[in-house]
Amino acid sequence: MATQATAHQTKWWSGGKSPFNLEYGKLMMWYFLMSDAFTFGAFLISYGSIRFSQNFWPDPNVVFNAFPGAGHANLPLAFVSVMTFILIISSVTMVLAVHAGHKGDKQGVIKWLFWTIVGGAAFLGCQAWEWHHLITGEHAVLVDGKIEMWGQNMSHNPWGPIAEGITHNGHHVRTPGPVAFGGYFFGITGFHGFHVFSGVIINIIMLIMTQKNVFQNRGHYLMIEKAGLYWHFVDLVWVFVFLCFYLI
Amino acid sequence: MQHPAFEEVTYHHHADDATFKKKVRKTTILLSVITIIELAIGLMIYNIHKGESPNELLILMFKGMVCILTLAKAYYIVSIFMHLGDEIRNMIMTIVVPLLLFIWFIAAFIWDGNSYKNLRNKYDPYFKERTMPAKHNKADDKTHEVKPAEKNGKE
Repeated sequence: MATQATAHQTKWWSGGKSPFNLEYGKLMMWYFLMSDAFTFGAFLISYGSIRFSQNFWPDPNVVFNAFPGAGHANLPLAFVSVMTFILIISSVTMVLAVHAGHKGDKQGVIKWLFWTIVGGAAFLGCQAWEWHHLITGEHAVLVDGKIEMWGQNMSHNPWGPIAEGITHNGHHVRTPGPVAFGGYFFGITGFHGFHVFSGVIINIIMLIMTQKNVFQNRGHYLMIEKAGLYWHFVDLVWVFVFLCFYLI
Repeated sequence: MQHPAFEEVTYHHHADDATFKKKVRKTTILLSVITIIELAIGLMIYNIHKGESPNELLILMFKGMVCILTLAKAYYIVSIFMHLGDEIRNMIMTIVVPLLLFIWFIAAFIWDGNSYKNLRNKYDPYFKERTMPAKHNKADDKTHEVKPAEKNGKE
């Protein structure tokens, strides 16, 4: 309540203080994230634009239906929901790390940063498995009257419309799907994965710095807050990637 | 905990532990519940797709619902986890107002993609024939076309 009162009485633009009541680096982190949001937005909108220009687009539930160790069982959305929850939980542990930093609680920061890093690494592992599964998969596709076994990669898309009246080893045979699918999927999830990777590296550096008392000696844990903003942004982007590639 | 490193900051947000924990727990549960609802809708869309004649309007409605739920999730992450909701109004506006460009951005490009599809279907019959999913009235033609291929495939 007291802080609210000061907020209204302060002349923010009279100099000597931040008109946004934010430390410089943190404000710049916000603007970086905004620009990054436009980069991701441009990728996703480009994907949407191409998708709307096609008569047929693969159903995500057909493409993403595998689960590690489950063989050929048809489990649409199962694995990606695991990935989504991993990222949400690692976002929560990051909130807790930032809060521990506020209180100057070094052990708390170390503990929660550690779990955040574990979550990030787990997510990257899941993504590596999913990519590997898509690229090395073998799906019967009817090409020029012959059946070929295709994986999902940048130049081949085995998820086209079902070729009526043909089966191969008791399975549907599909025709080639829109090639752009692979480029967009690997491009955008790859760019997001790269953000997760750099986020994990940043968090590891923060963990080492915390352990070496860098922030303790500095008197504040503001760097943890900035790293936290970046990490939450990675989670935020995943929410949209999840929507665009897996749900709709 | 005013510190020379950021004396430009006039006041700090202080949330006591209990309030903070409650807020984080509430947001975590909210995000999880929304995600579970999204997944349920995703599975519903899958099941509608599997059916004989999928109701396109129903699918579109479900997809719209998922989009709205995603926006709700984004709001909670940015406002609570990233604490944007606690910043002062001017600062929030410098982030949110530029993002309004997305409204135009999304509408214009999706419209453009759709128009490209319509033009191609109109002027490029080969594109249409090659990419349009088979309708039932064409099924007979198709079966004849691909029969020799089946032999090839088995060799």
